[in-house]
Amino acid sequence: MDLVKRTTNDIVIALAGNPNVGKSTVFNNLTGLNQHTGNWPGKTVTVTQGSYTYEETKYILVDLPGTYSLMSNSIDEEVARDFICFGNPFVTIVVVDATCLERNLNLVLQTLEITSSVVVCVNLMDEAKRKGIDINLEKLSSELGVPVVGTSANKGIGMKELMKKVQEINLNNDIKSITIKYEDIIEDEIKKVSSELKNIINDKTITNWLTLKLIEGNKSFLESFFKYYNVDLLKQDRLLDIIKRSRNNLLLNGIDQNNLCDKLVSRLIQLSETISNKVVFLKNEDYNYKDRNIDKILTSKLFGIPVMIVLLSLIFYITIIGANYPSSLIANGLFFIEDYLTEFFLWINAPSWVHGILVLGVYRTLAWVVSVMLPPMAIFFPLFTILEDSGYLPRIAFNLDKLFKKSCACGKQALTMCMGFGCNAVGVIGCRIIDSPRERLIAIITNNFVPCNGRFPTLIAVITMFFAGFVATPFRSLVSTLLLTSIIVLGVIMTLFISKVLSKTILKGLPSNFILELPPYRKPQIAKVIIRSIFDRTLFVLSRAVLIAIPAGLLIWVMANINIGNISILTRCANFLDPFATLIGLDGYILMAFILGFPANEIVIPIIIMSYTASSSMVDIGNLAELKTLFVSNGWTWLTAICVMLFSLIHWPCGTTCLTIKKETQSWKWTAISFLVPTIIGIVICFTITTIVRFLGLI
Amino acid sequence: MYNNIPLTELRINEKGKIKKITVDNSIKRRLLDLGLIENTEIEVLQKSPFGDPVAYSIRGAVIALRSEIASNILIERLMG
Repeated sequence: MDLVKRTTNDIVIALAGNPNVGKSTVFNNLTGLNQHTGNWPGKTVTVTQGSYTYEETKYILVDLPGTYSLMSNSIDEEVARDFICFGNPFVTIVVVDATCLERNLNLVLQTLEITSSVVVCVNLMDEAKRKGIDINLEKLSSELGVPVVGTSANKGIGMKELMKKVQEINLNNDIKSITIKYEDIIEDEIKKVSSELKNIINDKTITNWLTLKLIEGNKSFLESFFKYYNVDLLKQDRLLDIIKRSRNNLLLNGIDQNNLCDKLVSRLIQLSETISNKVVFLKNEDYNYKDRNIDKILTSKLFGIPVMIVLLSLIFYITIIGANYPSSLIANGLFFIEDYLTEFFLWINAPSWVHGILVLGVYRTLAWVVSVMLPPMAIFFPLFTILEDSGYLPRIAFNLDKLFKKSCACGKQALTMCMGFGCNAVGVIGCRIIDSPRERLIAIITNNFVPCNGRFPTLIAVITMFFAGFVATPFRSLVSTLLLTSIIVLGVIMTLFISKVLSKTILKGLPSNFILELPPYRKPQIAKVIIRSIFDRTLFVLSRAVLIAIPAGLLIWVMANINIGNISILTRCANFLDPFATLIGLDGYILMAFILGFPANEIVIPIIIMSYTASSSMVDIGNLAELKTLFVSNGWTWLTAICVMLFSLIHWPCGTTCLTIKKETQSWKWTAISFLVPTIIGIVICFTITTIVRFLGLI
Repeated sequence: MYNNIPLTELRINEKGKIKKITVDNSIKRRLLDLGLIENTEIEVLQKSPFGDPVAYSIRGAVIALRSEIASNILIERLMG
């Protein structure tokens, strides 16, 4: 484990919990900004870790993936299970949802079977209170035999108490947690196998649970197990023999492998029910009626789909309207500074190439990236996060699942698609929620068909310049919104279509299953959302774009200003690409901008601007109207605009996304396919449209 | 058992008690994890816009299932 343990005194704590229980809020609250993402060796799954200090002890908190169970066979569950089991966390905090305690107790009990070093954090207490759900935490603590803390992490309530309880476990190692008893016949076999196990592995940590897992014969678990204890399984004939005999004994009593698993889980669920009945009191039996009424509208036959489109459009509308003004303001401000920088360079008598590289190359590209990209991002990210936090996204998956089923894919793909709006790399990682490997690959390959936040501003800028400009001002943003929404809908249609094609060709198969929880709606913490999404996402994405814009700006300027035989390198490259680019409705400069934009799509428009202005004497471009003049003077038509938008929507995934795909699929082949599929489709579509338009003489 | 019917037979707002789950093991395990064991009460909440999947209330949580899965969950209709 790539843990940043500074001293041996640092204490490692695991944070587990079901999805949607506010686990990350607890994590953020405990660690503040002391977070970083690390890798878990052998696995490529990343886990976030952070640290906090309580009474002079430093705690390293590892945020495990949200799971319902530690038994099933998803990557996330394997990561969580292996870390709790073999990562040696000193304490495991299990975060549970106070409004749905019974379902959450299953994970608590599973964790308690592995280790008794557990603190249960009953989160969302405020929400439960509002719904009239009363939980007797003391009773819960005595039932489970481990400390229980009630928290409302979004308000920071209970966090100190949580830290205190964790520390108390640290001080006092004598915990008597609940022991889960199974049927006698199962318990007998556990005893037999575990006594042999203890001979081989001299370790107190051999629990009944470990033994059960061996009898159950979960393959991935066996591998982790023997790797951890450094035992060569093949040499353990005696143990294997005993395990085999145990399995036979169980079989004689009518319990086969699958049956055994059912019995184990059922036992835990029953126990959860019993405990929950003892500690949860409902003042109002129908406490979820509000959510159900909201769902009756948001997922209804009549309104479900329209509401979805309206909500999406609304977000775009606010983004477009809101971004207009600050965008030109920032542009003006930054170019105002540029004038001073130029004067400064003249004043210090710097050679003109220094001024060229630093000001006209690097600074100007940066200025474009910031002014074109920052405002839409800073508005879109928080809005989208609010939607995410409210619990609406799973409803989108619910609404659209039938369409995905028809494409032989999984409805959860709708969720990963939504994540793609923020960032395709995040969307690709999100595909882990899809169980079937086939459907997961489909979701990964098609994720790029939703434009990420880095491509929105490109789309918005082109739409505003070429299509909305003809409309009277009050309706301009409305038209832009409609066009942008149609592009997104086109992206969704492409996703469905390509999923279907993949399912019929290289990823043949039938739709498997769809089991999705629709979590309770929650009121998003708007102020917090804005702060977090600006810090976590906007600044992160922007800094990535800026880091790439610097060398790109430098490169472009150098290419534009170094001549080989009277023609600049830039123009030579563009000329080389031009014949092909023209076929697909673009030009050489645009295609080159897309290629140079591979590390980050955000810099495509800035590079196009730079290329057009670098060789010519630059006019001051403060707003989109002037920008349009520049583009038109370089040969742009409405066809160019359409092709740029389509190509921006449908082309190769950015560098970060490609790397993420490689990491997630563990295969260069699928990475290459994810790269090629959208690229080829984009080229074909742009080529077809261009050819038709030219053939009909429309341009 | 003659009175066991597939979950898909239930109409909205009707309740049933789970009797048998006959899907393949990986899916069954997911369902078990969410608390769908024998004798668990289940209520039909709402269909999605295209009619499938359907949302059910199970142990206080709302779970959406496709008809392929729901038709393999046998239940006993509860009157009320």
